[in-house]
Amino acid sequence: MSLAKDNPALTSSVLYLDGVCVSFDGYKALRGLSLTLEPGEMRAIIGPNGAGKTTMMDIITGKTRPDEGDVYFNGVQDLTKLDEAAIAELGIGRKFQKPTVFESHTVEDNILLALKAPRGALATLFGKPPKDERARIDRILETTRLKDHRARLAADLSHGQKQWLEIGMLLAQDPKLLLVDEPVAGMTDAETAQTAELLREIAKDHSVVVVEHDMTFVRDLGVKVTVLHEGSVLAEGPLDVVSADPRVIEVYLGR
Amino acid sequence: MQGKTPFLDTKGRVFLGILAAAAVLTPLLFLATPAGSSLHMPAYLVALLGKYLCFALLAVALDLVWGYCGILSLGHGAFFSLGGYAMGMYLMRQIGTRGVYANPVLPDFMVFLNWKELPITWWGFNSFSYAMMMVLLVPGVLAFCFGWFAFRSRVTGVYLSIITQAMTYALLLSFFRNDMGFGGNNGLTDFKDILGFNVQADGTRAALFSISAIALGLGYLIARAVVTSKFGKVLIAIRDAESRTRFIGYRVETYKVAVFTLSAMMAGVAGALYVPQVGIINPSEFAPANSIEAVIWVAVGGRGTLVGAALGAVLVNFARTWFTGALPELWLFALGLLFILVTLFLPKGILGTAAELTARLRRKPPEDKPQPTAAE
Amino acid sequence: MTRLLGAAVSRVRVELTRKALKWGAAAVLFGLMGAAFQPVSLRADTIDDVLAKFATDRFPDTEKAIQDLASSGLATGPAMLEALAASQLYFDPISKGVFLKDSSGALIAARTGVKADGVPEARLKKVRMNNSVRGAMQTAQGALSLMSPDPAKRLSAAESVFKSRDPASLPLVQMALEAEKDARIRGVFEQARASIIASDNSQDEIKRLDALDVIKDRGDQDAASLLSTIAASSNGRVKASAEDGARAIQSRLALWAHVQNIWYGLSLGSVLLLAAIGLAITFGVMGIINMAHGEMVMLGAYTTFVVQEWIRAHNPALFNYSLLIAIPLAFVFTGFIGVVIERTIIRFLYGRPLETLLATFGLSLMLQQAVRSIFGANNREVGAPAFMSGSFDFGPIAVTSGRMWIIVFAIAVFVGLLMLLRVTPFGLRMRAVTQNRRMASAMGIDTNRVDALAFGLGSGIAGIAGVALSQIDNVSPNLGQSYIIDSFMVVVFGGVGNLWGTLVAALSLGVANKFLEPIAGAVLGKILLLVFIILFIQKRPRGLFALKGRAVEA
Repeated sequence: MSLAKDNPALTSSVLYLDGVCVSFDGYKALRGLSLTLEPGEMRAIIGPNGAGKTTMMDIITGKTRPDEGDVYFNGVQDLTKLDEAAIAELGIGRKFQKPTVFESHTVEDNILLALKAPRGALATLFGKPPKDERARIDRILETTRLKDHRARLAADLSHGQKQWLEIGMLLAQDPKLLLVDEPVAGMTDAETAQTAELLREIAKDHSVVVVEHDMTFVRDLGVKVTVLHEGSVLAEGPLDVVSADPRVIEVYLGR
Repeated sequence: MQGKTPFLDTKGRVFLGILAAAAVLTPLLFLATPAGSSLHMPAYLVALLGKYLCFALLAVALDLVWGYCGILSLGHGAFFSLGGYAMGMYLMRQIGTRGVYANPVLPDFMVFLNWKELPITWWGFNSFSYAMMMVLLVPGVLAFCFGWFAFRSRVTGVYLSIITQAMTYALLLSFFRNDMGFGGNNGLTDFKDILGFNVQADGTRAALFSISAIALGLGYLIARAVVTSKFGKVLIAIRDAESRTRFIGYRVETYKVAVFTLSAMMAGVAGALYVPQVGIINPSEFAPANSIEAVIWVAVGGRGTLVGAALGAVLVNFARTWFTGALPELWLFALGLLFILVTLFLPKGILGTAAELTARLRRKPPEDKPQPTAAE
Repeated sequence: MTRLLGAAVSRVRVELTRKALKWGAAAVLFGLMGAAFQPVSLRADTIDDVLAKFATDRFPDTEKAIQDLASSGLATGPAMLEALAASQLYFDPISKGVFLKDSSGALIAARTGVKADGVPEARLKKVRMNNSVRGAMQTAQGALSLMSPDPAKRLSAAESVFKSRDPASLPLVQMALEAEKDARIRGVFEQARASIIASDNSQDEIKRLDALDVIKDRGDQDAASLLSTIAASSNGRVKASAEDGARAIQSRLALWAHVQNIWYGLSLGSVLLLAAIGLAITFGVMGIINMAHGEMVMLGAYTTFVVQEWIRAHNPALFNYSLLIAIPLAFVFTGFIGVVIERTIIRFLYGRPLETLLATFGLSLMLQQAVRSIFGANNREVGAPAFMSGSFDFGPIAVTSGRMWIIVFAIAVFVGLLMLLRVTPFGLRMRAVTQNRRMASAMGIDTNRVDALAFGLGSGIAGIAGVALSQIDNVSPNLGQSYIIDSFMVVVFGGVGNLWGTLVAALSLGVANKFLEPIAGAVLGKILLLVFIILFIQKRPRGLFALKGRAVEA
């Protein structure tokens, strides 16, 4: 790694991607993607289908290894060397595009499993639950408005509730960085607005990356926007500026 | 539904109660009643029921990995057989000079093959405690190594099933070879005694039966302890959404290897108890079909219920006994049909379906009220 | 390997022992020369003289009679010598007639070769033997076979001389060579002569070197060992040339050994390919774990059996076409069963691969039992039509026609299937459904129909594989079981969803198996391959030719 230790962009960042390339069977999903996220920042990522949004998430969380390029967390941890579990332990949480919760567990157990605690097999087999466990679960259920459903099986929740449960699980992990993939897909307008509010609340003490198609939602968030196109950054800035960019318009509307 | 799952639920208590009763009553009815009495239990029945118990333990072990962690192993028969072979090797060494060739050290088949000394794999098997250690270690180590490679490279689902099947098939072929030093085709048989007791004697049979019942009870308790712990919750999480579990920070492969190894060891114990009761172990126990059949026991009883797995094992094997006596031609038809019907119409098995029905009946009236809030 | 090469040479072999040759070579030679110059017309009195000597019951006379017999050109001569060797040659002390008993025990007159009826058998006496008679007999047999009217006998006699390298038979060989018309046998005579000359240290060096070249051209294992022997007992240029020749032949033979391993491997690989290719459709393309696949193969084999039974009973003339008739029938029959299975069981289990596995396993048990109930548990005899039996030589390798046709057939099935998927509308629909079921359905494709037909196609191909496999395997209810695990290994190893992967996997596993066999033995070789595949799948869970990218994750 030829990264200068005193690279200010790197050392002050919570997430740092530089020149990331990855290809599947000759198809280049990412070509030289670079992105820097400041601590406490919330960033919205938009881009047409196939722009590489999900692949970027996969790279950051260790699901996919980049062919080249650097991916650093907190300016020091090289994420390309770690697996999913290790990256999650570092404090990066991910919410999938499709809500994935543990359907045959209760809402409470879903949160319990996500709660920050030793993840080893021995710890879960023989360890005693910490005293404040219940209180922490309560707090998260409160935040995600799932308190009344705590004993229900996750499979029985509505779509929107599953999305919130998943966000709740992210919160339970207490990550430094949250990656949220299309959190409002399939939600009603009311749910969407509530979710935006929820995310803004979370962003107060976390760094967040939100991938979203829904422009109203992105506008609601009111944060810096990065536009991806064909595996690299096309434009970056406030939504109004970005959406006025002729290249962005071309990509979205066609020429 | 409030709070955490109790360690022992009703069906668990009933199950353990039945096992305890069987462990006490069977030897009593077998040994203490006169042969003509209507209460008397014939020796073949004791051996048969003992066999069922071993299969039930195998089914519980399989349910632990399949029902709770979603690992459909088509190779559990291999762990069962390896445990059986470890026990068989101890029993062979106990024969001593009573074999046909009266060799104090070498089992008959080795003398027959003109072997001069005991292969290293057989060392120590004259000691019961060493053999019992091997009953746990050999399946355990194999499962650990196999799981280590397979789960770390994220071989899942059907692929895993296929390679577990290939594993037991490879072992089947290996054990058929005389060079392997485990009796080849004929396997190990003609056992004389175990810990100094004649394996054929009524007392030994009764004791083996009771030990099998106790082993099944213990196996159930261990499995239950595992699945009701947070570890067990992680297993179910892996089953439902593996990559989600990873992204929360659990090292999925560690959990899978751990539970796979534990399960293999339980299967090994089942095999070890099986061998002295049937009096033989040979390579055909490794046949892939055996392992698949064990899966259907679990499916019939209800996967993810543990008690159901044991119940399924007993029911299917009882059906086999009945069919092979009454309508041997039809047994494979019946078994095949069972596979199809259970997967099509009873995917949750007997206990799973029963639980669903009672839950639906019980919950029906109060369920209606919170419904509107839930929909909101 | 050695065994096979040996077999090519050591067909029927009449041993010309050195001793016998020394005993009577000169005498026979003289006789043969006479025979050679007046080949066909024999004077009746000469023959009677010869036969009369057998009847004197004196060893020297018998010996003379044998020598004369060799030169007399009598048609029954070889039969008489054979009878003598088997102690079945008799004479009538009163009429001085000579008779032999053939293998059926019938008495035959030596003079005419026709059945001798009415001869009082009790009067006959056996022609007796001692060592010198036996020696003369063996020499005469050798000489007679060198000049025998039967080409096969001449050939094997020449081969024996090639191996014995006895200088005493050189004149015999020389003469036989001159009389020989058949080019192939001439060649062997030349080699036999060369082997004698080259081994003889007293011969002229130039001649020996020429002879060595003839031996080198022969190029088989026998030639190589002969050259090594000559090299060991000679020196100078002869030694060098023989050594070179031996080395060259050995390395060429080693090459052929590899060629043969590859051939056997391809043969095994084509069997694997046939067994697995239907599975490549049902498992590879549709994602259905069909544990009853092996039983489809079995049903195809039984279809062949039924077709042949019908032909035997109704129209034996069609027997040579039985496989051609069975192929479409097996395809239709197993394909139909496949469609029924898909409609009644599998369609309820899409998206639940493990359940499919269990249900189809149950089905396989039922099908096995059904066949066992109908046809019995024993192996059924399926015959090979003429074009499937026999063999031909390719270099030093004997190629059996059956194996060759199975390779051809496997490749034809593969290509046919590939074309079906690539160019037909059905293939297009099928690929569409596997790639994106909902989109295909939205485009108006009847996905249910495509599913059923695709499963039928996979099953039908398994059925025609069964027709081919009935030729090389036991047709029993367990036939399918022996292929199912191998088939899954092939498909998984090759990479699911990729027909080319299946082809490469089947052939490479077949070849690897045949290369491992001589080293590790058949069973251990197979175990090693299984272990290899298990490890390989753990390293590359999606096989050799994996589809990558997002589509796979779904």
